[in-house]
Amino acid sequence: MKTPNARDALEAAYRTEARRVRATLIRLLGGFDPAEDALHEAFAAAAEQWPRDGVPPNPYGWLVSTGRNRLISRWRRQAQVTGALPELAALSEASAEPPTPEVIQDDELRLLFVCCHPALTPDARIALTLREVGGLTTEEIARAYLTPAPTIAQRIVRAKAKIRDEAIPYEVPTRAELPARLESVLAVVYLIFNEGYAATVGPSLTRADLSSEAIRLARLLNQLLQEPDEPEALGLLALMLLHDARRTTRVDQAGDLVLLEDQDRAQWDRAQLTEARALLQRALASRRVGPYILQAAIADLHAEAPDTASTDWSQIVALYDVLRRVDPSPVVALNRAVALGMRDGPEAGLLAVEAVLGEGALDEYHLAHAARADLQRRLGLIEAARASYQRALQLARQPAEQRFLRARLARLAAEPADPTRR
Amino acid sequence: MRYVCLIYFDPKKVFNGSPEAEAVLAELGPHAAELQASGQLVMGQPLTLPNEAMTVQVRDGKMSATDGPFMETKEMLGGFTIIESRDLNEAVQIAARHPYAKLGFIEVRPGVDYRKPRPRL
Repeated sequence: MKTPNARDALEAAYRTEARRVRATLIRLLGGFDPAEDALHEAFAAAAEQWPRDGVPPNPYGWLVSTGRNRLISRWRRQAQVTGALPELAALSEASAEPPTPEVIQDDELRLLFVCCHPALTPDARIALTLREVGGLTTEEIARAYLTPAPTIAQRIVRAKAKIRDEAIPYEVPTRAELPARLESVLAVVYLIFNEGYAATVGPSLTRADLSSEAIRLARLLNQLLQEPDEPEALGLLALMLLHDARRTTRVDQAGDLVLLEDQDRAQWDRAQLTEARALLQRALASRRVGPYILQAAIADLHAEAPDTASTDWSQIVALYDVLRRVDPSPVVALNRAVALGMRDGPEAGLLAVEAVLGEGALDEYHLAHAARADLQRRLGLIEAARASYQRALQLARQPAEQRFLRARLARLAAEPADPTRR
Repeated sequence: MRYVCLIYFDPKKVFNGSPEAEAVLAELGPHAAELQASGQLVMGQPLTLPNEAMTVQVRDGKMSATDGPFMETKEMLGGFTIIESRDLNEAVQIAARHPYAKLGFIEVRPGVDYRKPRPRL
């Protein structure tokens, strides 16, 4: 008596509920591995029972209590063979607690915070978050990061062992801890986005799946954290939506890089830009400004300008000045120098870029040399520009960026050494 | 995804009658039943000791067969299970539950996905 409805319901439940069921089971069973086993038991039971008995009214609650009870009875059977398991006593009070909406939300949030715990290595945080919160398989993560699957699997195994051995609590941080812990979660989400948006290695420049997964995670985070809003979480979501709205115009059909000034702005995703602007306004209303909000505000100024020439570069330089105070990183200083060049002309820009390069931290950063080359080219310093492009080319790892730099070098050969030319 | 778990152990540690080894052997049946019941087991096959095995090869159209294999390592292939799991991490976790993981070791090998190109070495 198999009804196709039950099968559809089961597939839908897997898509929508598996993540939340897993998150709750981790709390109830005290660890990732038993939760994974219980999740499997729950869906195996659903595959057997739903077609026969109908779909339960609350699939989430059904899956949680079935998975939990089945795993506990499995443990009991094993205990009869091997001698009692110590943790069994605590768990055998198998009264399934009624899952309330608050419980669901808290569990997902707990999971996200545990996966991004500062005690784990950054690589492990990313892999664990993508697998446990994002629901990607080990093999999918490995493909996205062009890393062998056993390497990713090992990272996940070690991270879980660390969570277990150091008894990292499965809980949402207190209000006092929240800012520092949230910073780590946001950093993981943004790293995932950037890996998708500007792949550091490999053949294609954007790996859309990772970017959309990061956006999905940020949406989830904001949904879970609201009341009160966390401004930086909103800022990060706005920032990623703003970047992502330009995705299709960043590369041409041949897969080559298109600079901001040459992008077809009519192709930018206006609906997404509008959504991002609303989020940014909400974040700014909090009057607590952090690095993601500032970067989003800068991206928003780019998004609203019809072209590079009419972009509000003064405002952008001012925002970079504020950003530099909260995030004094050399890359921020470089971006500010480039914006300064747009506001005050290439001579001022070159001075500023060279000052940043003089600090030494960006010696190996191809974009710093490319920025310097571009300003030198605009000032007619052809030989210097050539040397800078060549240095950038040596350092670039991404084929599309390498092609772009080679094309610039080729154009430079045809350029007249005329200082009046921009 | 399908994964093959190759189970290796030192027979002297498994068939020595010690309480530890007997406990592991007693778990084998129930473990297989659990795996079967959860739908994760595709198939499993324990193997006899290598002294009952033959190795065969064909070179220049001629077949030759020898006794063995006799390897230098103490660990031998003692059996395998084929399992169905979501990904490599889940497969590793299922393999870790196998009783022989306590006495020997288990190699988890992903089955070949024919949609992917063959490796070129």
